Amino acid sequence: MKSIGKYFIFLGTLFKNRESFKTYLKLFFDESIKVGTDSIFLIATVSFFMGAVTTIQTAYNLVSPLIPKYVVALVVRDMVLLELAPTIIAIIFAGKVGSNIAGELGTMRITEQIDALEVMGINSSSYLVLPKVLATIFMFPALVVTSAFLSIWGGYVAASFTGVISPFEYTQGIRYQLNEFMVIFAMIKAVTFAFLVSSISSFMGYYTKGGALEVGKASTNAVTNSVIAILFADYLLAQLLAQYLIAF
Amino acid sequence: MIELNNIQKSFGDNTVLKGIDAIFKPGLVNMIIGASGTGKSVLLKCMVGLEQPDIGGVFYDKRDFSGSTRKNQIEIRKDIGMLFQGAALFDSKTVEENVRFPLDILTNQPMDEKLERVNLVLERVGLTNTNTQMPSELSGGMKKRVGIARAIVNNSKYLFCDEPNSGLDPQTSITIDNLIKEITQEYNITTIVVSHDMNSVMEIGDYIMFMYKGEKLWDGTADQVLDSDVDAFNDFVFANNLMRSLKKLRK
Repeated sequence: MKSIGKYFIFLGTLFKNRESFKTYLKLFFDESIKVGTDSIFLIATVSFFMGAVTTIQTAYNLVSPLIPKYVVALVVRDMVLLELAPTIIAIIFAGKVGSNIAGELGTMRITEQIDALEVMGINSSSYLVLPKVLATIFMFPALVVTSAFLSIWGGYVAASFTGVISPFEYTQGIRYQLNEFMVIFAMIKAVTFAFLVSSISSFMGYYTKGGALEVGKASTNAVTNSVIAILFADYLLAQLLAQYLIAF
Repeated sequence: MIELNNIQKSFGDNTVLKGIDAIFKPGLVNMIIGASGTGKSVLLKCMVGLEQPDIGGVFYDKRDFSGSTRKNQIEIRKDIGMLFQGAALFDSKTVEENVRFPLDILTNQPMDEKLERVNLVLERVGLTNTNTQMPSELSGGMKKRVGIARAIVNNSKYLFCDEPNSGLDPQTSITIDNLIKEITQEYNITTIVVSHDMNSVMEIGDYIMFMYKGEKLWDGTADQVLDSDVDAFNDFVFANNLMRSLKKLRK
């Protein structure tokens, strides 16, 4: 409970005694490249194969003559939009970006770089963390959109190669009765998860004490806590927003 | 001038500083010495605002620092430069960006003026043509010199050095010591150095303050060190053979 309270106080400090807008703008672009552009390869690879495997698994498990083949693609599309693209990619993102943020801030803490900023009169938490949080919130939804596209395309490629369903049936299924709210739902999840991963990882790294061993522990804790927070938030969002899927 | 007025600081039940009073004058190298765990670093942190004293105050040229608002503290901090034990250079920035950093954040100077100032201080610390190098490409001594350059780039009035010789070979230590001494006199800075290194204390210390178990036990000049009759101070100072030999010679 003490840590949760400290986390919320930490979030409050991000908005106190801020530097100039120009300072944050440069940092925001730098962080966006680190958080977003540098994650594209991993996200693309995972997404493509995730879509391909989901298509094949679904096709081999839906073998009733009563179920049209295009339903396979429909299932893949809904799974990708609702869970795989936002949630699974957020977990992978926590592993890559979350550990990186915690490691970077933890190293800055133990090598007194954060103290150096404070001595200069800079609010170190705001200067270092706010651009990371904003950049993640800005870039992660874009990564989720990329992931969803590549997962569906991966499914298409797998379907074409293996012949479990025809490309025509796959395309038909992807287009069939799309509920647009699913995309909105995915974006709400993306923004929420991005905030959780970046803020929790920053919190873990910023308050690192000790040496190299503690930086490693901070990185591990950042990933563990981010993943738990993602899954908990995923459940809450499902509980809150699933009803709107039916309403749309 | 920096004045410490009855500085007290505790962490839980552990009282680290037990009422420290001191005056550090400009143009002098003021050394704070003592064994590990005597509260030197905590005192330094209280002075630069990284820790808040429980009781007492820190005054910079009569300006209250520890008891004032963050806004006023930021104004005073513009006059403070600090050399950290490991230099604390920003890993992702070049030497030039590191030294320019206080100017970028604290001033509105145009870029050409800032670069001129950066090159001037880099030249002063003997590091010309290192602008594009990254901290990871520098030796320990060079990192310390970049740290000094960053600390003085904004025309700081107060320079704090935390163990400036740690991890350096004796020759480089002397270079860094001399640089600190020269800069202090040249710019009339109030310099405070926390150190264990008695060679450095005897070499550059104008005013020496010895801390023992959270208290100021002895203070004086380098010449007075050899004549001290405070046991705990003598145990610390004459722990090495060189200092013992010096005392014998003096006798």
